Amino acid sequence: MSASHPASSNGSEPVGAAFILKKAFLSALVALGLFSLMIGVRTEAGQSGQLEYWTRFGDLASLVAAVFVGSIIVELLRLWLGPRGGLGSFVPPSVQSGLSIAGRYLAPALLIFTFLVPVIFYNQRYILDLGILVLTYVMLGWGLNVVVGLAGLLDLGYVAFYAVGAYSYGLLSTTFGLSFWICLPLAGILAAFWGVLLGFPVLRLRGDYLAIVTLAFGEIIRLVLINWQDVTGGPNGVSGIPRPTLFGIPLTPGEGGLAAMLGIPFSPTHRIVFLFYLILALALLTNWVTIRLRRLPIGRAWEALREDEVACRALGINITTTKLTAFATGAMFGGFAGAFFATRQGFISPESFTFQESALVLAIVVLGGMGSQLGVALAALAMIGGFELFRSLEVYRMLVFGLAMVLIMIWRPRGIVGHRAPTVFLEKSKSISSDLVKEGHG
Amino acid sequence: MSSAPILALENLTMRFGGIVAVNALSFTAQRKQITALIGPNGAGKTTVFNCITGFYKPTSGIIRLTHDDGAQYEMQKLRDFNISKQAKVARTFQNIRLFPGMTALENLMVAQHNALMRASGFTVLGLLGVPSWRAAEQSAIDAAVFWLKRVGLIDRADDAAGNLAYGDQRRLEIARAMCTGPALLCLDEPAAGLNARESAALSELLLSIRSDHGTSILLIEHDMSVVMEISDRVVVMDYGVKIAEGTPREIRDDPKVIAAYLGTDEEEAAAVMEAEA
Ligand SMILES: Nc1ncnc2c1ncn2[C@@H]1O[C@H](COP(=O)(O)OP(=O)(O)OP(=O)(O)O)[C@@H](O)[C@H]1O
Ligand SMILES: [Mg+2]
Repeated sequence: MSASHPASSNGSEPVGAAFILKKAFLSALVALGLFSLMIGVRTEAGQSGQLEYWTRFGDLASLVAAVFVGSIIVELLRLWLGPRGGLGSFVPPSVQSGLSIAGRYLAPALLIFTFLVPVIFYNQRYILDLGILVLTYVMLGWGLNVVVGLAGLLDLGYVAFYAVGAYSYGLLSTTFGLSFWICLPLAGILAAFWGVLLGFPVLRLRGDYLAIVTLAFGEIIRLVLINWQDVTGGPNGVSGIPRPTLFGIPLTPGEGGLAAMLGIPFSPTHRIVFLFYLILALALLTNWVTIRLRRLPIGRAWEALREDEVACRALGINITTTKLTAFATGAMFGGFAGAFFATRQGFISPESFTFQESALVLAIVVLGGMGSQLGVALAALAMIGGFELFRSLEVYRMLVFGLAMVLIMIWRPRGIVGHRAPTVFLEKSKSISSDLVKEGHG
Repeated sequence: MSSAPILALENLTMRFGGIVAVNALSFTAQRKQITALIGPNGAGKTTVFNCITGFYKPTSGIIRLTHDDGAQYEMQKLRDFNISKQAKVARTFQNIRLFPGMTALENLMVAQHNALMRASGFTVLGLLGVPSWRAAEQSAIDAAVFWLKRVGLIDRADDAAGNLAYGDQRRLEIARAMCTGPALLCLDEPAAGLNARESAALSELLLSIRSDHGTSILLIEHDMSVVMEISDRVVVMDYGVKIAEGTPREIRDDPKVIAAYLGTDEEEAAAVMEAEA
């Protein structure tokens, strides 16, 4: 307490060197406990399968020292930055207004840039692939945002709907030969159907209970995919999934392919570019629908549900159907994304649909600022892009990444875009501070 | 118009484990009148409201509502949201329950959810943005503006409800309840925490809701000046049972009521009154 309110304590509660050192010492102790096994001892399977291990006490010591020094620096920064302890309160008003103007143009600028990515980076396959990956997560983030950000229902098993979408397309196309454009809506419908099925039993649950049950549901779907060998192919997955076509025109070399029809030389990049615009269109569709839904009674009811469920019931809102529609809508977008994933990879297996994916998408939504479309897009870019950026750091990648997450959550506890935009206004749309907006309880 | 009372409670009992919060309570609220429900703290008033509005399922008893056209509803049989949707009963809460992160205008739009849902073709027509939906949305905004003006909050329409002053939040909650188009409005201590000027404005607002909109009102209130000024009938509860019922004048002079409020027994209260007179 005293550390976060140095201005008000005014010497009555000393924020002295002793306090800072004590805190740093405690942090270092925790770090020692955590890292002694993670970093201090390295184990590996030897050539004949025996356990081999060696110690790395040097690394351990330097890490603990880093935590110690880091803790002192953080405390000093807090002291220096003032009572709120956040950088946000330290930014002068002129810079803040500049930021808000930049914010207004950020979304359109980002959109235009995204459209131009395949043109600018036409020859850089790596960037195009990364762009597709980021957009997939933007779409998943926007889909989950309906459930978590708008309706305030904590869903830890979102990957289940992604899997349902992917397997719907994979199986329908390989067994019945249906085309991508027919399977896409089917994948969405099937995922939404599963969303409703999941929704029914969990509707009565709130908070932690809902989180646990959705988590379990995600795992159940994965286990079914692994064990229902006859249909899903088990751990081997589904392979040979057809690539998407431009409304029936395949993007292949030779006769009948798009390149031949246009009279241009074939290049495998065509398909990558096509996939890029495909996922961009799907993501934008998700965004457009979500923005519209927010302004419709159903979207307002979702947000009202997040704010106060009891008041909703008193106003005649059917909580059950409202929650179910949120689940189904979020699941449907997850299903679309899954179908895209399947057609892009050409091969799917249960390994792609682990809890880690759910956690990643949820992290994107939380980091973005629950409920904010722009925030989610930025968070997906930062998370997936950041992941790639730190690739060169190899073993320390996760560590650096975790540290970055912690720093962002200290700086902006309510996410990158922390305020809420009203869905309707009379005179002037005033954005609502995140302190007032509830996070939901279910 | 139906001659039956708008609301009739018959032997309403609500038990929580060993506690009998409401015990065989019967009373009626007349159409287009203001009926006050008063009683000391813990008498069971809010519990009665929660039974009427479906938040509690009564242990036994009947809560019957009769619309102007004679349509009857038994609240203990309706699902919670249908009490607002079909039976047209709106309520406010003892501890204000607005949507704090939504603007005042949005709060009033959420209150018109069911009408707007129908108008938006259960979202399909709304997504397509058909003209009939746009017209319905505009008329919902107009209704919200009407009520914002009526409670003096039109200047705060675009502000977050959580940012409003306490008294403003109370009035916004009443406006939100009225936006559901209720036949019966249940208010749980609407004057709590208001200053004298705000209480007077509240009395005026409630009287106009009754006379201009023909809405019947059931009112829980501790502020006796408000109760005496505006209510047509008063029902007094203590320990879950009705101890008196009558006009505000009759209630004011009833020794049983005074005894309940003073926490003394009846003879003593009567003696006090005689001494005063
Ligand atoms: N959900 C519940 N579970 C258990 N007991 C309850 C519950 N709700 C109310 N009670 C009990 O019922 C009794 C009546 O409570 P109620 O809130 O209805 O009183 P009230 O007349 O509204 O009082 P106040 O004027 O203080 O608001 C109290 O003894 C209370 O403890
Ligand atoms: Mg009460």
